[in-house]
Amino acid sequence: MLRALKSFGAFWHDFVIGDDWHVAAIVVVALGLTALLVHAAHVSAWWLVPLAAFAALAWSLFRATSSSS
Amino acid sequence: MANALPLILTVFVACAVEAIEALTIVLAAGLTRQWRSTFQGMAAALVVLAAVLGVLGPTITLLPLGTLRLVVGALLAIFGLQWLRKAILRASGHKALHDEASAYLREVAAAKAAPEVPKGRVSDWYAFTLAFKGVLLEGLEVVFIVITFGDNQRNLGAAVIGAAAAVVVVTVTGIAVRAPLAKVPENAMKFAVGIMLTSFGSFWGAEGAGVTWPGGDGALLVIVPVVAVVSLAYVAWIRRYRPAASLGQQARAPEGVTG
Repeated sequence: MLRALKSFGAFWHDFVIGDDWHVAAIVVVALGLTALLVHAAHVSAWWLVPLAAFAALAWSLFRATSSSS
Repeated sequence: MANALPLILTVFVACAVEAIEALTIVLAAGLTRQWRSTFQGMAAALVVLAAVLGVLGPTITLLPLGTLRLVVGALLAIFGLQWLRKAILRASGHKALHDEASAYLREVAAAKAAPEVPKGRVSDWYAFTLAFKGVLLEGLEVVFIVITFGDNQRNLGAAVIGAAAAVVVVTVTGIAVRAPLAKVPENAMKFAVGIMLTSFGSFWGAEGAGVTWPGGDGALLVIVPVVAVVSLAYVAWIRRYRPAASLGQQARAPEGVTG
C-alpha cells in the first residue's frame, strides 16, 4: 500500500514538477507575490508572473547547460 | 465557435504530440506481438481515461473561477515551463531530439525479447500492459490539457473536440501508414506546445491571483509571441555561449513523463 502511494506520488511529481523543482517553486512564489501586491498594495502586477517565468527558465537552463557544456 | 477556435487548435496540437507517442507504443505492441491483446490494453486505458475526464472535468468547474484559474494556471505554467525547458535544450543541442523511429525500434526490441504469458482473458500480458501503460500515460497528459484548458475557458466541449480530432487524425494516419509518424515535426510541435502552455498558464495564474491584464483576453496576443521570442533568444544564447560539447550522458537519458 505504502509502495503504491509512493509510486503514485512519484508519478505526479514527475508529471507536474519534472526535472527541476526550482521552476515550480519560483512560479508559486511569483503567484503569491502577485496576489499580495494586487490585494494588499493595490498594484496591478500583471508583469510579475511572466518575468518570473522567464527568470525561472533562464536559471534552470543555466544549471542544465552547466553540467553538459 | 469562432471564439473557441484558438482553444481547439491549441488542444489539438498539444494532444496530437501525445497521440503520436502513444501510437508508436501501440504499433510496437501490435505489430510485434499480437493485436488482440494490444487492443484490449488500449481499450482498458481508454475506459480509465474517460472515467477520469468524466469525473474530474465537470467537478473542477464547480470551483469559483478565480480559484480555478489560480490553481490550474499555476499547474499549467509549471507544466508548460517543463516542456519549454526540454524543447530549448533539444533545440540547442543539449538534449537528444525526440525521434519516433528510434523510440519504435527500442520498443520493438523489448517486445520481441519478452515471453508470451497469458493472464485471464488476455492471451499476451506483455502486449496488453505495454499498450495499457503507453495509452494511459500519454492519455493522462491529454486529459490534463483538456481539463485545464476546457474548464478555464468554461468550454470543456471545445477542448474535448480538439483532443478527439487530434486522436482521430493521428490514429487514421497511423493505420494508413502502419509505421510510427517519424516525419511529423514533433520537436517543433513540442516547442510550440511549451510556448502555449506557459503563456496560457501565466495568463490564467496571474488572473486567478487578482490581476487585471491590460487589454483583457487580448493580452494573450502579446504574451504568446513574447514567450516565443524569449524562448528562441534562450536557444540562440545557449548555442552561442554555452554550446553542448557532445550529446553526452544527459542527452541519452530516458525521457520523463512530459515533453
